[in-house]
Order: sequence, then C-alpha cells, then structure tokens
Amino acid sequence: MFLKPNYQDIKTIGYYLGKIIFGLGLLETIPLIFGIFVGEFNPALDFVIASLVAIIISLFLMHLCKTDQDLNWVQGMVVASFSWIVAMFLSAIPLYLSGHYKSYLDCAFDMMSSFTTSGLTLVQDLDHLSMTTNLWRHFAMFIGGMGIVVMALTFLVKGSAGAFKIYVAEAREEKLLPNIIETSRFIVFINMVYLVLGSLVLWVVGMHQGMPSFSAFFNGLLIFMAAFSTGGFTPHSQSVLYYHSLSYEVITIVILVIGSLNFNLHYAVWRLRRKEIITNIETRTFFITLLFTFFIVAAGLSKLGVYSGAMGLFRKGFYILISGHTTTGFGTIYTRQFINEWGNAALAGLIIAMGLGASACSTGGGIKMLRVGIIFQALKEDMKRMIVPEKAIIFQKFHHVKNILLEDKQVRAVFLVTISYIALYALGAVVGAFCGYPFLEALFESTSAAANVGLSCGITDTAMPVALKITYIIQMWAGRLEFMSIFAIAGFLVAWVKGKR
Amino acid sequence: MTKERLQITEHRLQIGIFFLFSVLCVLCSTCYSQSISSVDLINNAKQYDGKVVSYQGEVIGDVMVRGNFAWVNLNDGNNAIGIWLEKNYTKDILYTGSYKEKGDLIEITGIFHRACLEHGGDLDIHAQGIKILQRGKPLIHRLNPGKRNFAILLGVILCLILIFRRWKKK
Repeated sequence: MFLKPNYQDIKTIGYYLGKIIFGLGLLETIPLIFGIFVGEFNPALDFVIASLVAIIISLFLMHLCKTDQDLNWVQGMVVASFSWIVAMFLSAIPLYLSGHYKSYLDCAFDMMSSFTTSGLTLVQDLDHLSMTTNLWRHFAMFIGGMGIVVMALTFLVKGSAGAFKIYVAEAREEKLLPNIIETSRFIVFINMVYLVLGSLVLWVVGMHQGMPSFSAFFNGLLIFMAAFSTGGFTPHSQSVLYYHSLSYEVITIVILVIGSLNFNLHYAVWRLRRKEIITNIETRTFFITLLFTFFIVAAGLSKLGVYSGAMGLFRKGFYILISGHTTTGFGTIYTRQFINEWGNAALAGLIIAMGLGASACSTGGGIKMLRVGIIFQALKEDMKRMIVPEKAIIFQKFHHVKNILLEDKQVRAVFLVTISYIALYALGAVVGAFCGYPFLEALFESTSAAANVGLSCGITDTAMPVALKITYIIQMWAGRLEFMSIFAIAGFLVAWVKGKR
Repeated sequence: MTKERLQITEHRLQIGIFFLFSVLCVLCSTCYSQSISSVDLINNAKQYDGKVVSYQGEVIGDVMVRGNFAWVNLNDGNNAIGIWLEKNYTKDILYTGSYKEKGDLIEITGIFHRACLEHGGDLDIHAQGIKILQRGKPLIHRLNPGKRNFAILLGVILCLILIFRRWKKK
C-alpha cells in the first residue's frame, strides 16, 4: 500500500529544493565576478540575471514551504532528483543569453551534460565563446563531479539527519567520516587541493608549450576542472587536440585517472594507507579491464593500419580509450574519424570501456568498477562451488577499504543496477536507430551519454532530432544518479496517483 | 653539322617537353590548388594523406611557438585544423579568434597528414606557405540595454522580497 504524499511532504521537498537553488544562485556569482575581472561585461550581466532569478525563486520556495521538519527517505530522493532537473533549467539561462545556442533545449542539454560530467555539447562557435560562459560550463562540471547536493550540504545545511538521505540519493553511499556534513566538506576539500595543484601544473606546462601566461592559466584551470570531474568539456572546439602536446595529454591522463578513483580511496591515501591503491578491488578491476579493452582497440587499429607508430597508438588509441574508460571524454581526433577510420573492432573495445565506466563514489559514470569486480567475484565463487564437494562451505571475499564477505543480496543488487545500465545503453541506441542513425553509431553515442562519457561519433549536433536530445538528457541524468532518480520520481508519482491518505 | 645540331636541339626540346609534362602530371595528382574544407579533409583523409593542399580559415586561440616552429589552429566554420608552420610565418598573424577578437583569415598551402608520424598521429597540415586573406579585428560587445533593464528589475524584486522578509520577522 502506498501513502499519498500530503501537503507537508510537498512543503518539505519545496523547502530543501529552495535551499539547493539558493546555493546554485550563489555559485553563479563566481563567473559573474570573473566576468567583471576580465572585462567581459555582457556575459557578466547574463550571470547577474541568472543568479537573481535563482535566488528569487529559492526565496519564494523557502518562504512558501518553510518547515522545521526533517527529510524522510522518499523526500530526500525526490529532492535530489528534482534538484538536478531544476538546476539544469535555471543554470541554462546564461548559456541562452550568450547567443551561442540555437534553442533553450540545447542550453539545457549542455547544462545537464555539465552537471552530470558527461561532456556532450551543442554549443555553436565555441572558439568565440566568452571566458566567463566557458568558466561556468566547466565550473558546473566541477560542481557536478562533487555533486550538487554535496555542495549544498557543505555550505547550506547545518547538520541534519535528513542530509544523509539526499546525499545517498545522489548516488553516494559511503560515509568517509562519521558525520555526513563532514564527509561532504572533505570531498570538497580534496577537490580544492587537487584543483590548486592540477591547475598549477597545467599552467606551467601550457606556458612551456607556447601559450601566453594568462591563457595558459585559464586553459589549465578549465582543463583541470573537466579532467578531474571526468567531464570532458574543453574551452576549444578541437578538445585536447587543440594543444598538440604530448605533455598536456600525459598530465591530463594522470588527472582524469585520479578523478575517476573512489573518494574512499582518496581518503585512505590521505590517511597514508597507500597500499589500498594496490589492494582495492576497484583499482585492480580497472587495471584488468583497461588492459583488456586496450588489447581490443589496439588490435582493431593495428589490423586496419590506422596509426603507423607506437606514439600514434598511444596518443590516439590509448588516450581516447582511457578517457572513455574513466568516462571523461577528451578527444584527440575528430568525431567522424571514429566512424571513418577506427573500424568496428576498435569501436567495440571503446564502447565496452565506456560502458564499464569508472569507480563508484567518484566523479565518473558507467556501470562502475566496484560492480564489475563484484560480478567477477560472484562468478569465481560459483565456479568454485562447481569444483569443490557439495558439503564444503565457500566464502568469497573482496577488498574495498576493508575485507568484505560477498553476499547474495549484494550480488543481486549489483546485477540489478548493471542490467539497468545495459538497458539504458540499449534504449538510447534504439531511439537513435529510430531517428535514422546506423545502429553502431547510435550505440556509441547512447553509451557515451548514459555512462556520462562525452565522446561523440558525430551524432550529437544541434541538428539532431528533439526526441534524441531529450533521450540523451534523460540518459545522462539517470546514469549519473544511478537510476535512483527514476525510481524516486516514479515512486512519488505512483504514490501521488494510487496512494491512500 | 647544322643538321646534326638541329637534331640535337629537337631531341633536347622533346626531353624538355616530356619533363614539363611529367612535372605537370605529378603536380596535378598531388596538389589541390583550390581551398579544401575541413569536412572534406576529415571525411576523405586517406585520399588527401601526404598531398599538398590549400586550406583557409580563421586563426583561433593562441599561436603556440615550439622552437623554430609553431602550432596555429585554423577554423573554417566547421572544424579547426592544426597547422604546423615555421615560426617566422607567425609574424604576419596579428589577430587570433576569441570572444574579444575576430582572428585573421588566412590561407595556407602545405602537406596534409591523416595521422602525422611526427606529431603522434595528429590530423594536421605542415604549412609551406601562408597568405593573409583578411585581417582580423577587435570585437566590440556593447552592453545590451534589454538585459541591463531586466537585471535592474530583478534586483528591485529581490530587494522587495528582502524588505518583506525583514518586515515580517519584526
């Protein structure tokens, strides 16, 4: 039996949603200040408007829905799910005002891509986009990597039991520290430390590669935000190919791999438990799947003789593969080269890598290494069961921060989410095929959207059908929140219609 | 003697004509004098690989000097392609495309590489010559009055809300 949501439920949801929108409005003042600093007054004005709209709406919501009641699980889930959609629409205002998008839907598409750290874009004439708007696209990606809710919890919520519920709803299950607010603050702290270090390194390398000082700094800052959040946006239309630099590519590989790691692992390393990097199930699984998929990609590329030197294979084949596997989406080739040159085998390897994705509780998307590792462990356990005598008791353990005993309940949950991801990849591919695209291309783009990767084979374009744009938006959103969003909103609506008072 | 000389001259002339014809044939097969679009280059990369091509576009981003050479990215409206050229060519480039500037429109002639061996498999063009077609210019973005008025209106609404909240608290 479902309980129909009552007036108090709506008030509580509205109040917390208001808080998150207020946080968004405050965050929009960062590009606003930057715009004034670099003398881009028109784009700065766009952010004045966007910020004021967000703050006014949030104040209205918080006033109308003022409540002292804490969130319950359903409310927490609905707040987290809705906050991503509301954030998408509100933060698209400055993009629309920039004049670089053909429709508001395109702006919303880019913002969902930004917040979910996907990296697919529908921007027009990116090379002439203002630094201010570019900063917002990348900064939103950086915020999205940490989680919109995490950011709001860090600065706006003063310790509440309900905080944990919206935190979990944002596809984060683990508490690094006893208090969830402290955990959120730690996540933000880690991101800030890496932001300073990473941007500094890219700044120096950029200058060494011939860029003027300020441009090297700006590019370094933006590329770091996109790499660490495994986002994949870049300030130039050529993606990372713009820099024509091996050192830039190597450094971004290091940053995106660090960004794709579980925050638990970051915490363990922070606590000087460096051995965890080698023993953790996720890093081990990532290493194996990376080798496996690289073997497929390299074999496919070599068979067709796409790149004649080892350096070409590394800078194109390996770079794009690791960028796809960590769900970043930086590219060093043009989108149509995937279809024209790579061949089916290499594309299949890349699609598998994108679909598997990065680590759980990280900025990355996809099925996640923890789940893939658990599936392997479950298979190992079943194989053992076949070999040993019937009466023998079999235990299967895996190491993820601590040694964990594998349970059937856990395997079932893992399989459910994995199947949901595969279904989501397939769904987008079918919609793409219905829109007239070849199936392999549609599957590539769909996997890229649902796993929050951002690599494109050329389908993602402002001219693509509206239905496909909406499909990709839903895929990015559902993939980022690991289906919690769909289940939460569907459950809420069912309860609304069929529930009893 | 004269007949012999005439024969030699005729023979030389024949060789000369043959040589000229051969050069023309080679040039026709490897050089594309008309500017080729980025879409054409990317979609038919194998066909153009290793050949001399002409490509024109707006200089965007930074001119990145690397030793005696430099990287310049040229955008023809669809894609930007990396051009590897001698450093002294870059002296002619005054404007590079960004929010604040429209970059110089230049045409380059050079060897196209589908997957350049020298540059880790990049799709690029090694320029042999450049020509400035149109000088770029600074772009002036005046403050949009419509946006400004709307921002003022929102500011007023926010102030009213804050005043109302304070009044209600009292």
